Amino acid sequence: MVADHLRSLIARFTVRRSETFVVDVDLEVGHGETVALLGPNGAGKSSVVAAIAGLLPIDSGRIEIGGLLLDDPAAGVFSPPEVRKIGVVFQDFLLFPHLSVIDNIAFGLTRGRNRAEARSIAGHWAERLAVASLSQQRPGDLSGGEAQRVALARALATTPDVLLLDEPLSALDVTTRAEVRRLLSDHLSEFGGPRLIITHDPTDAYLLADRIYVIENGAITQSGSPDEIRLRPKTRYAADLAGANLHEGSVSDGVVSVDGHPVHVAEEVPDGRVLLAIPATAVSIHTSAPGGSPRNSWSTSVERLEHLGPRARLRTGGPLPLTAELTEAALLDLGIEPGATVWVAIKATEISVEPFE
Amino acid sequence: MGLIVTNWVRLSLLVVASLVVASCGSDQESAGEVLVSAAASLTDLFTEMEESYESEHPGVDVIVNFGGSPALREQIIQGAPVDVFASADLANMEALVERNLVGGEPQVFASNQLQIAVPSGNPGGVSGVSDFGDDALLVGLCAEEVPCGRLAREVLANAGVMAAVDSNEPDVRALLTKIELGELDLGIVYVTDVMASEGSVEGIAIPDEVNVATEYPIAVLSDAPNSDLADDFVSWVTSDDGAAIVAEYGFRLP
Amino acid sequence: MVVLAGLGLALFVLPLIGLLGRVPWADLPALLSSEVVTDALRISLIVSILATVISLVLGVPIAWVLARVEFPGRSLARGVVTLPLVLPPVVGGAALLFALGRRGLVGEPLYEATGLLLPFSTWGVVVATTFVAMPFMVITLEGALRNMDLRYEGAAASLGASRGTVFRRVTLPMVAPSLVAGIVLTWARAFGEFGATVTFAGNLQGRTQSLPLAVFIALESDRATAVTISLMMVVISLVVLVALRDRWWRTT
Repeated sequence: MVADHLRSLIARFTVRRSETFVVDVDLEVGHGETVALLGPNGAGKSSVVAAIAGLLPIDSGRIEIGGLLLDDPAAGVFSPPEVRKIGVVFQDFLLFPHLSVIDNIAFGLTRGRNRAEARSIAGHWAERLAVASLSQQRPGDLSGGEAQRVALARALATTPDVLLLDEPLSALDVTTRAEVRRLLSDHLSEFGGPRLIITHDPTDAYLLADRIYVIENGAITQSGSPDEIRLRPKTRYAADLAGANLHEGSVSDGVVSVDGHPVHVAEEVPDGRVLLAIPATAVSIHTSAPGGSPRNSWSTSVERLEHLGPRARLRTGGPLPLTAELTEAALLDLGIEPGATVWVAIKATEISVEPFE
Repeated sequence: MGLIVTNWVRLSLLVVASLVVASCGSDQESAGEVLVSAAASLTDLFTEMEESYESEHPGVDVIVNFGGSPALREQIIQGAPVDVFASADLANMEALVERNLVGGEPQVFASNQLQIAVPSGNPGGVSGVSDFGDDALLVGLCAEEVPCGRLAREVLANAGVMAAVDSNEPDVRALLTKIELGELDLGIVYVTDVMASEGSVEGIAIPDEVNVATEYPIAVLSDAPNSDLADDFVSWVTSDDGAAIVAEYGFRLP
Repeated sequence: MVVLAGLGLALFVLPLIGLLGRVPWADLPALLSSEVVTDALRISLIVSILATVISLVLGVPIAWVLARVEFPGRSLARGVVTLPLVLPPVVGGAALLFALGRRGLVGEPLYEATGLLLPFSTWGVVVATTFVAMPFMVITLEGALRNMDLRYEGAAASLGASRGTVFRRVTLPMVAPSLVAGIVLTWARAFGEFGATVTFAGNLQGRTQSLPLAVFIALESDRATAVTISLMMVVISLVVLVALRDRWWRTT
């Protein structure tokens, strides 16, 4: 039995996708870790999934799990996808439309077992993912959230060594997304092996992952804990992610506060830890105390200014450091310089709050 | 939706209109035309007759439609706009006469006898009519429903042979083609067919005592669209000029 | 739109009404049980079903290769397979004769070696019919295979399914509607086949005379039989087409 710390997924490879685009990554996902591969669309994330799953042979490098080589062109080793014990939850779920929910979940279980046995094991997983009541339905009849659970059950049922989730939440609407994020969070930690989530949404990465790799244009540009990426972005894209203003806070007696500073939100949130997201575009900057409706308003200083053509980005200091985006014209009009004192105003309705466990 | 409907309607009107114009157009051209339906066994003969007649009568277009006599007869009964019918036997012509579809008196312009045809080289080693009973050979006949087939069966009956037939071809030309290709070892066709094949099939004579002859009548049809020209054509066929070509192709003269 | 559709429909319905008008209803039982008719029916049913089965067995792999495997000359191969759809059936029959006839390219050595002869035999009818009907199977299925979302096959592989299992449990079921359509079209073409059959296999009652051949021959001399057989073919075809359409063309 290979020791836990050795049963990591190591993916160090290059694969050419077109005349001009090569994916060149170096990833390691430890046993018991959830790692996110975070990047914009077109960065090469799907290629990484396909390569690890065995659907896309790599050009050079290697992919291994716990020392077992899956793909190594130099050594002439290639394990076809059906042999790799990798569970994949696909974007768009890819549930087989002609099979019922229970048969979908049982799909990977039929080798070496009879139908009844496979269905019974599948039924057990359906219960764990709370979709047992849907067993006889067809994928076409399921809602997004239900389909996501079935897809997860289907992947988990085969007890794979590694779990790959390709944009697990992007096909869902906003409310379902929150609910499924919670579900994933639970099941991911229960699953023993390495977990790799591919996503373009920083909230998903932040809430679900222990570590993040940032991928842009086929290469890893930064890796680290969610906080590291958030607070010390190394690239423009990472900085844009930082512009999403993600802050950990807590709720006590219905009052949300971040680092002791109260924040007014438009939702009812249960007590506990939360993640707040404040879009940079929702932070308005004033040269004097603003009146009007915004519930969140305080005085702060301008720490940094970034000029990005017609837009400008402004970083404020305490009590709650924020990135704000304004037009270059507005900046000039207001005569704002680094070090100046400004007032920020944020509408409570613009702030999103997620329970964070 | 409205635009799609309008375009569809326009398109279909255009199609219908052009069809009408096309058919009208051909009516205009029938001033110098004669449409002849002739039995399949007359193929080579009538092709030559058509060329000869047209060269002697410039401006007239003779169009010949070949086929099994019963099929041609049936087309005429169903109203096909044919001017002249040349049948491979009297019976099919009679059928039209009974229905008052024939203009004047049908005239016999040629007669024919039957002959055994074998592929060149006679691979089946056929010597006579009795070989039609040989199971080991691939035997072909015209279908009983066409004159050639009916007559062939008369010959076989006359000779007391139970034929082991492998295929009843729809018309004599189809039969001839298969013999030519060597796919059939023997068949019964007209003497004239063997002659016309110019060596690609060989003929073996059928003894006169069992052989049958068929007569070819020709007539102008009563509903002929071009009756004047049709009369001219038929007169020419039965004239000395026509008779010369008939003899050239191996038919006997009446 | 409705008027045009009605006109189009009339094109299909009028000949049927014309046919019904000529049926000798009183003599029908006797005609239907005559040897000519029962022989032709037996041959047509056996041949059309056999041709459909062979078209499945050979056509599915052909469709799969054309849809999924990239090889040099693939367009040409696709064209060749489609050829019988475009060629006049008689030309197809003649080509078969040149290849598989007694003096044919392959037929001659085959005959010399084994005494096996396809023309003028029922198997010859099967071959000719399969030749003209199989392209329907291939074309219908190839389109479906090409348009199918291949990611489903990837998903199946990730769940441990071997290539054969993927084909059996995912690919085939997902193209099932097209497969059924292919079977129906293939059978229909096989059932109505005339030109290639008469040219390649000849015409002999009880051995090679299928229903279409029997109609053609009977039309010239025995109108009653011809109409009877035509009616029979229309009824059989309608039953098959309507039954299959309703039951199997439901999308999954």
